[in-house]
Order: sequence, then C-alpha cells, then structure tokens
Amino acid sequence: MIRLEDVRKTFGKQEVLKGISSTFLPGKVNMIIGASGSGKSVLMKALVGLHTITSGHIYYGDTDLANITDSNRLALRRQIGMLFQNSALFDSMTVEENVVFPLNMFSKESKSWKQDRVNFCLERVGLVNTNKKYPAEISGGMKKRVGIARAIVLNPAYLFVDEPNSGLDPLTSILIDELIKEITVEYQMTTLVNTHDMNSVMEIGDHIVYIYQGKKCWEGDKNAILTTDNEILNNFVFATNFLKDFKQRRN
Amino acid sequence: MLAGFFYHFGRYTLLLKSMWKRPENGSIYWQETMRQMVSLGIGSLVIVFIISVFMGAVTTVQTAYQLVSGFIPRSIIGSIVSDSSILELAPTITSLVLAGKMGSSIASEIGTMRVTEQIDALEIMGINAPGYLLLPRIIAAVVIIPLLIILSTALCIGGGILAGHLSGIIESSVFIDGARNTFNAFNVTFSMTKAVTYGFVISSISCYQGYYTEGGALEVGKSSTKAVVFSCILILLSDYVLAQLIL
Repeated sequence: MIRLEDVRKTFGKQEVLKGISSTFLPGKVNMIIGASGSGKSVLMKALVGLHTITSGHIYYGDTDLANITDSNRLALRRQIGMLFQNSALFDSMTVEENVVFPLNMFSKESKSWKQDRVNFCLERVGLVNTNKKYPAEISGGMKKRVGIARAIVLNPAYLFVDEPNSGLDPLTSILIDELIKEITVEYQMTTLVNTHDMNSVMEIGDHIVYIYQGKKCWEGDKNAILTTDNEILNNFVFATNFLKDFKQRRN
Repeated sequence: MLAGFFYHFGRYTLLLKSMWKRPENGSIYWQETMRQMVSLGIGSLVIVFIISVFMGAVTTVQTAYQLVSGFIPRSIIGSIVSDSSILELAPTITSLVLAGKMGSSIASEIGTMRVTEQIDALEIMGINAPGYLLLPRIIAAVVIIPLLIILSTALCIGGGILAGHLSGIIESSVFIDGARNTFNAFNVTFSMTKAVTYGFVISSISCYQGYYTEGGALEVGKSSTKAVVFSCILILLSDYVLAQLIL
C-alpha cells in the first residue's frame, strides 16, 4: 500500500504539487489522470523518489520515504518496478540482457535460474524469439512489453507505469492495458498508472485520482467518473465526442 | 561568471564523490570497465596511428629545414624529433584529438541515456547510476589513454625515421643514434604523468557534461560540444601546470 499525505513539491517559486493526499491499494490498478502539465508526472517521480518532495509524507507500507536511510531507500527501490513512457530500455543491450540486468545486479541465483526467469517473464508479456534483438530492432509495443518484463523480473511489490499507451495504436494499447491489469492481480502489486488516455481508465482503472493544476480534484472508481457532477473532471473526461455520446445515452 | 564556475565545480566534485559507493555487483562493473576499454581503445587506434605517423614525419622535415648550418650534426634531428614526441607531441596533441573523439562519444552516450530516461531507470532499480556509468569509463580512459600515448610516441618516432629515410634527409641509423644519445628516462615518466592526467580530464569532464544533460537531442549535441571544448582547454591548462611543476 502507498499512502500520500499533503504532498507538496515546489520548483523555484512555482508550486507544482499543492497538497495531494490519497491511498493506493495492492492488487488494484490505481490511475493518476490529468491534462498535460497538471503535475501527474512530477507526482509519479516524487513517488518513486526521483524528486524530493518539499513537504508532506509518502508512505510505502509503514515506511516514510522522507525519513528513510540510504540503505533502506535502495532496498525499497528494489521492490519497485517502473515502465517509462519511452520504455527506457538500454540501447547497448539486447532484449534478454535488458531483462536480466536487474537480476545480474541483485540476485545471487545461478545463471540457469536467471535465464529461466528471463524466459518466463518474456513469455509472460507475450514475447518470443526476440531475446537476441536490440531495442532499435523491435516495435514500440514490443519495447513496452520488454519494459514490463524488466519491471517485474525482480518480483516487485510496486509497479509504476508512465503513459503506457503513448505512441501505440489502439489495439496494442488495449493489449498493454490488459497485461498491466493481469500482472497486477496475479502478483498482487500496488500499481500506479499515469495516463490521460480515458480508454485505459475505463478498461482497467480500479481507483482513479484526477489531478488538476497540481491539486487532487476528484477521486473514485470508473463507474463514478461517468456520473460525477464535478465540472472540471467532466470537461476532461467528456472532451471526446465518443464519451459525450456515451454519457447522453446513459442519462 | 565566478558563481557559475563554483556551481559547476561543486557539482562536478559531488558527482565524482557519488561514484565511490560499494558496487551492487563487482563483476558487472568489471565487465563494463573492460567493455569501455575495448570501445575507447580499439575505436581510437586508427586516428592515433594516422596523426602520430604524420606528426613525426612533419616534425622531421621541418626540423631539417631549420637546421641550415653544416656545423650541426644531422643526428640532432633524431634527438629533437624523439624528445618532442615523448614530451609534447604524443601526449598532448594525441590527447587533444582523443578529447574530440572519446569526449564527444562519452558525453553523447551518457547524455542520450539521460534524456531517454535510461539513467532514471537505473536509479529506480536501486543502482548507483554515477558508479555504474561514470566509474568504468573514467577507469577505462585512465588506463587506455596512456597505452595509446605509448603507441603514439613509438609511431611518431617511426614516422620521423620513415620520412627522413624516404626524403633522404637523414639515414635511419643516424636518426636512431641521435635519439639514443639524448634519451632521458624521466621524460617518459613525465609523459605518462601527463597521459594519466589527460585521461582523467577527458573522461570525467565528458561524463559530467553528459550526466547533467537536460532536454532533447539538441541539448545532447550541446553537451557533446561542451565536453570537447572544456576537455581541450583543461588539457592545455594542465599541460602548462605539469610542465611548470615537474620540469
């Protein structure tokens, strides 16, 4: 479980996060949504410790990220897997080397055990016969899958996903969304997805936090999002004609 | 400007300090260091070969041109060419060229990793990114550049002998006699001191420029250019300081 208490982040004089509080539960796909520039990426980077928050608290279980020793921080980071917007695969390594990299760094298991684990993770995300290919030789959707395989190879308790569908076609987007949902339930991870894709939200979102201009504007589940009278959220959610029609028909 | 200098110097020092943490897995760091040595060393052989041979050849021809008096023995050309190769031409000129090749390569590689979030990925995995990315490159450069400079010195003198022989300026045996007569082992020590210093300067400055790249492809290019410019300036500065201190 991840709990946020009044999280604030300032860059110079500009306050980007303005006191965000929420709780993200294990086994659920928690979605942080909001328009571009609303502060959701900063929030995610603060959550994984890439940004130091100005005030407030971020708890991983009972551990406060603000009062953590360096060694405990490293130990905590080993429980975190992250899929980046552009996958962030290491260009100089093959698919297989990318996935085995965290294992080589932290696991004392045998080489054959690591190889089996890599093959299992790659098969789990639906990748076969790509082990020896370099990131430049595979498609965007395949890169996302490799990114997911690398993120789950150490069996993390927390999975962070930044814009999983950016640059993907609708069909591949759905496949990636389904994969995120499946592995979240299967491994009972606390998953946080940062997106502004409403299709994703309606497909896999269990718990949704809407960020508007650095503040938490709304929180709830995907059923409530269609019936809320929050005007700011409605402007965001029903920006597309498809969902507008859907709401009118539902009403 | 002074504030800017102290800001960058402080950040550079802290970055170098942050490399010295216990490696997560020593063998991976060792493999990465070996990989960097091959990449930086083998990749620079051709350029080192070309510039060294031509430096030696041109120095021989120009020295002969300036020695117009018949009272000066021809063997002095061998002395001048070999001593200048050991003391200045091989270590400094070769390092300036290597600053262009290795410096831009290191800065653009690390800079690209920064803007494509690969460094963030390392940090989130719990890996000490400066230790994993910078330390192997710096160790590789500090080991490889002196080896390249030893090779460059030999090729430079070889180029001089070849040019002297082909143009009929000086016989090979006379050239070698001249080089032997004035050979001073301390010059080699001084040359290696320079080489190690330049290796550290090139790699650490380029790593720093790459590591703190912000933005996109344009900024990676700018970091790469800055890495080469600052490395060259610091090579020339340290050349003077070392000469003043040691000679």
